This record gives sequence, C-alpha cells and structure tokens, in this order.
Amino acid sequence: MNRLLRSINVTELLRPLGHVLAFSCGSAALMSLIAVSLALVLDRTVVGADLLDRYNVTLFTYTMVNLPQVVIDGLTIGFVYAAIALGYTMVYGVLEFINFAHSEIFAVGAFVGVELLIALDATGILAGASLVMAYAYLILAILFGMIAAGALAVTVERVAYRPLRGASRLVPLISAIGVSFLLQDIIRLVESLTTGQFNRIMPTFGNFDGRIIFGKLAMGNSTITLGIAIKSIIVIVAAVVMLVGLNYLVNATRIGKAIRAVAQDRKTASLMGINVNKIISLTFLVGGLLGGAAGVLYALKFTRIDPFVGFFPGLKAFTAAVLGGIGNMTGALLGGLVIGMLETFAGSYMGVFTMGALGSEYKDIFAFSILILVLIFRPQGLMGKHVVQKA
Amino acid sequence: MSLLTLENVHSYYGRIHALKGINVEVAEGEIVTLIGSNGAGKSTALRTISGMMHPKVGRIIYDGKDISKKEPHDIVLSGMVHVPEGRGIFPTLTVKENLEMGAFTVRDSRLIEERMEYGFSLFPRLRERVNQHGGTLSGGEQQMLAIARGLMMEPRLLMLDEPSMGLAPILVELIFDIVKELNERGITILLVEQNALMALSIAHRGYVLQTGEITVGDTAINLRNNTAVQEAYLGIS
Repeated sequence: MNRLLRSINVTELLRPLGHVLAFSCGSAALMSLIAVSLALVLDRTVVGADLLDRYNVTLFTYTMVNLPQVVIDGLTIGFVYAAIALGYTMVYGVLEFINFAHSEIFAVGAFVGVELLIALDATGILAGASLVMAYAYLILAILFGMIAAGALAVTVERVAYRPLRGASRLVPLISAIGVSFLLQDIIRLVESLTTGQFNRIMPTFGNFDGRIIFGKLAMGNSTITLGIAIKSIIVIVAAVVMLVGLNYLVNATRIGKAIRAVAQDRKTASLMGINVNKIISLTFLVGGLLGGAAGVLYALKFTRIDPFVGFFPGLKAFTAAVLGGIGNMTGALLGGLVIGMLETFAGSYMGVFTMGALGSEYKDIFAFSILILVLIFRPQGLMGKHVVQKA
Repeated sequence: MSLLTLENVHSYYGRIHALKGINVEVAEGEIVTLIGSNGAGKSTALRTISGMMHPKVGRIIYDGKDISKKEPHDIVLSGMVHVPEGRGIFPTLTVKENLEMGAFTVRDSRLIEERMEYGFSLFPRLRERVNQHGGTLSGGEQQMLAIARGLMMEPRLLMLDEPSMGLAPILVELIFDIVKELNERGITILLVEQNALMALSIAHRGYVLQTGEITVGDTAINLRNNTAVQEAYLGIS
C-alpha cells in the first residue's frame, strides 16, 4: 500500500494540502474555543456588563460576530509568516545557520512588487484594467518581487556567507546581521533618491479591497455585515499554492532529494556527484522566492510598506520556524499559522476582554512569549528537530 | 597501466600534517589495500583522492589526468567512487532514495533501474528494506547500502573506507566476498582497512601507512609473510 502510494506523486500534492487544512482548522478551532470560553466567562464579570451597558451587546455575541473575519485574518498573516519561515528553516536545514538578512529579502520583494504596481498605476493602466487584467498585474508584481528577492538571496549567500563557511558559527551570523542593516539602508537610500519618501502605498485596483458578503447581523443598534476581504483570500490561495509547490519540489523531485541529502550530510552528498554549492544557492533562491512573494502579499494585505517593514514579520516568522522546529518544513507551516492566529486573536479581542486596558498594540507580546517558552520547554520545537526532510 | 597514481602527496588538517608525502599506485583491475592503525592517515588518503580535501603538495593522477585540484562532484563523474568511513547513509532518505542519490548524475531512468536491480541481486536484504529510512538499518545493512549506492555510478575505481568496521565476522566475510566479486567483474578496488588480515586475504597488493608515511609497499603475499607487518598488524608474533 505504502509502495503504491509512493509511486503516485499526487500524494505529494495532497499531503501538504492535508497539513494546510489540518493546521488551519486546528489552530482556528483552538483559538476560537479559547476566545469564546473567555468571552463566556468574562460575560459574567464587569467586562461583560460594561460592554452590555455601552453597546447593548453581550461579549459572547461580539466575539462570535467578529470570529469569521478574525479567523481569516489570522490565516492570512499566518500563511505570510509560514512563507517567510520556510526561508529561515530551509537555509537552517542545509547550513545550520540563521539567515537574519531574510527579513530584508522579504522587504525587497515587497518594495519591488509595490514599486512596479505604483509605476503601472502612474501610467493609468491599473485604473482602467479589467478584473482579469488586474489579477494579471498582481501576479506580475508578485513574480517581480519573487525574482528580485530570489536573486538577492542568492547574491547575499555568495558574497557574505560562502566566504565565511569555514569560520566559526558566530561569524556568518554577524555577517547576516550586517547584511540585514545594509539592505535596510540600501532600500532607504534608493527610495529617497528616486521617490523622496520611505513610505510606499500599494495602489488600489481590481476588486482586492472588496469583500465577499455572506450575511448581515443586527448587533445592538447597528447592523454588522459579515464578510471576508477578497485580498485575504488572494493571500491565502497564493500562499497555499506556493507551499504545496515547495513541498512537491523538496519531496518528489530529484533536486529536492539532493537538497535533503545535502541537509543531512553535505560531505557524502558531494561524493554522490551533487554540487553542494549549487544546492545551497538553490536553497537560498527558493527561500528568497517565497520571501519575495510573501513581501508582495504582505503589502497587498497591509497596504503601506517602509524600509523597516521586514523587521517584525521576519522576527515573527523566525519565531514560527523555531516554534515548529527549525529545519522542519512542516513545522514552519504549523508555526506560522499558530503565531499568525495567536497574534490576530490577541489583537482583535484583547482590547475588549481587558476593557481597553491592553490594546491590540500589545499583540506582539504573544509571539515573543511563545518564542521564550518554546526555547525553555521544547527547544526542538513542536514538530521536533529534523533537517529538511519528509514529514 | 596505472589507473591511479599518488605522487608525493602531502595533506593537512589545519596545521596537522596528516599525509607526509605518500606514493601509491593502483593498476586497472587490481585490489589494492591501505592498512595501518588508527590515525595513520588511511581515511585522509581516500579523502584526498576523492577531492574532499586537497593536497598541499604532490599530484594525484587518475586515468592520466591530474585531479588533485578538482572537487568531489566532478571527480565522481570520471568513474571514481568513494564509499566513506561510517558509510554516509542519508538517515531520513529511504533505501531507494539513497540508491537514487548514488546515481544523481545519471539521467537515464532505465539505467538507474538496472543498476538498482544489480545492487539488490548482490544484497537481497536491501530489496526487503527498500522503503525503509536509511537510518533504521542495521550496521551491516547500512554497509551493504553504502556499497550498492557506490555501484549506482558504475565505477571504474571503487574506494572503500573500513567496510568491516563494527560488523559481525560473518558479515565481514560477506562484504569481502562481494568486494572480490566486484573486482572479478572488472572494478578496480582501493580498500582501506584496519582488519589487515581480511584485507590482505583478498588484495593483490598493499601499502602499510604509519603516521602519514608509507613504510612498506608490496604484494599481499609478501606483506603477509613480512614479520614486521605480522607483528604490528596481523596479530602474529
């Protein structure tokens, strides 16, 4: 049976989809359960009474009404984190090295994609574009972001990491931090020379800012529209397609096997005729492509980017990679979704649950508390410490 | 005609002078063994030949070409395969995937299939374990896999580093029988062994390495009859 399944490569497409589905539903269900339970408990306290008093709605109703959008937002940012986390985890798997410049690779992807769209917008093409063309332009922007970030990742490895490969482990790490600052400043320099400003706004076009409405609900004196932002769906679909594609590349192709072989034993891999340096470059390329796409998707979702846009997502994606088990690709997906979900739930509900004492700006506490807890209690991460490998 | 020649090869690990000018010759069709105690430089010699490390001084001529500056993935293409010390099995790749890695540079899937079948015919145990992860195999099975994987390149020269290490005597015998069989099928063998008795029983010629230098180089029969070699490496006194 196992043999039969293995010979069919469809398995390698279905399995990551299964992971995506299981992790999405699992983290959504768990966080929803916690939020709803908290709401039910707090409803009996002064928190619930206060909300009822002011808005004529119970905390439970409020929580439930917001839940669909919170879950979707959590998934959206979770998949973005997962796509970035895969870059960290793959490079770690092959080199046992944390590429701290990866957050800037992500930022460069975002900038290239957004600048392309801004340029297109300036010609007026975007405004008049049909829906199909709008999606085509978006895909084009994602591709440009991917290519730029991928090429940059390969270059950074070649210039700043490879010459240091024989050095002690701390040395390339410092180099990575240096590259990270350098790239930030290069983005700043280029942006100020060419546009005179650091903050770039994703142009509005197509139907990305619309919502798919599936109902209206009376809440106290007002009516709440239930719906999902279209761009959230775009981000999720694009990320899932990439994650499945990457999984297929690593698990079902000759090159993927070579990547796994290099991750497990670089010296022996070279004896098999595998050009280890090429595989390492390829790993950076793949990580960069994913990071670049994540950058453009992030810009689509959050609209505004600046040269430091990579810092927090990068740090959180790194946390996600550690949470899942650094080096483990399935772990990066799980970690990304957990962190994304956790922070979105915290950001959406913490304010109400604490009567405004802690606002959504405290949401980052959760991601980094998790990092510390994981490092203390389960340093190998949720999925265990493995090199890049089949789950 | 000599297939492989080492001329005055010096190798270093950092500042440790591991090979101090060794000269080795392997003719086409031979089994040549390098024997010596732990740390004598046997594995270093193989690593230097296969390109995992590069000699500071000296030349390595393989098939008429100087390969001393080439990288391992290039050297493999010329038909020289190095089965490393400790076997180098990829632990979370399956047996089949490990074998496929051995034929990484081969694009013809029919050829890969054929060679895999040949490996299974030599080591039927591997066929039973084909979908198991390499790391779950016993030491003997891993050694079989390492050799079968080496054969996936259809090598002209097969270099084996301590194939008997950690194996039960009956398995050692099996492995050495196979090595002999491979040689009879035309593969030249360079064998590094601590088990000098076994090595000299199948080899045509041998070299004794001692702290990075070759002290004796002779036919296997002469080495077996050499009293100094007997005392130091064969446990005969």
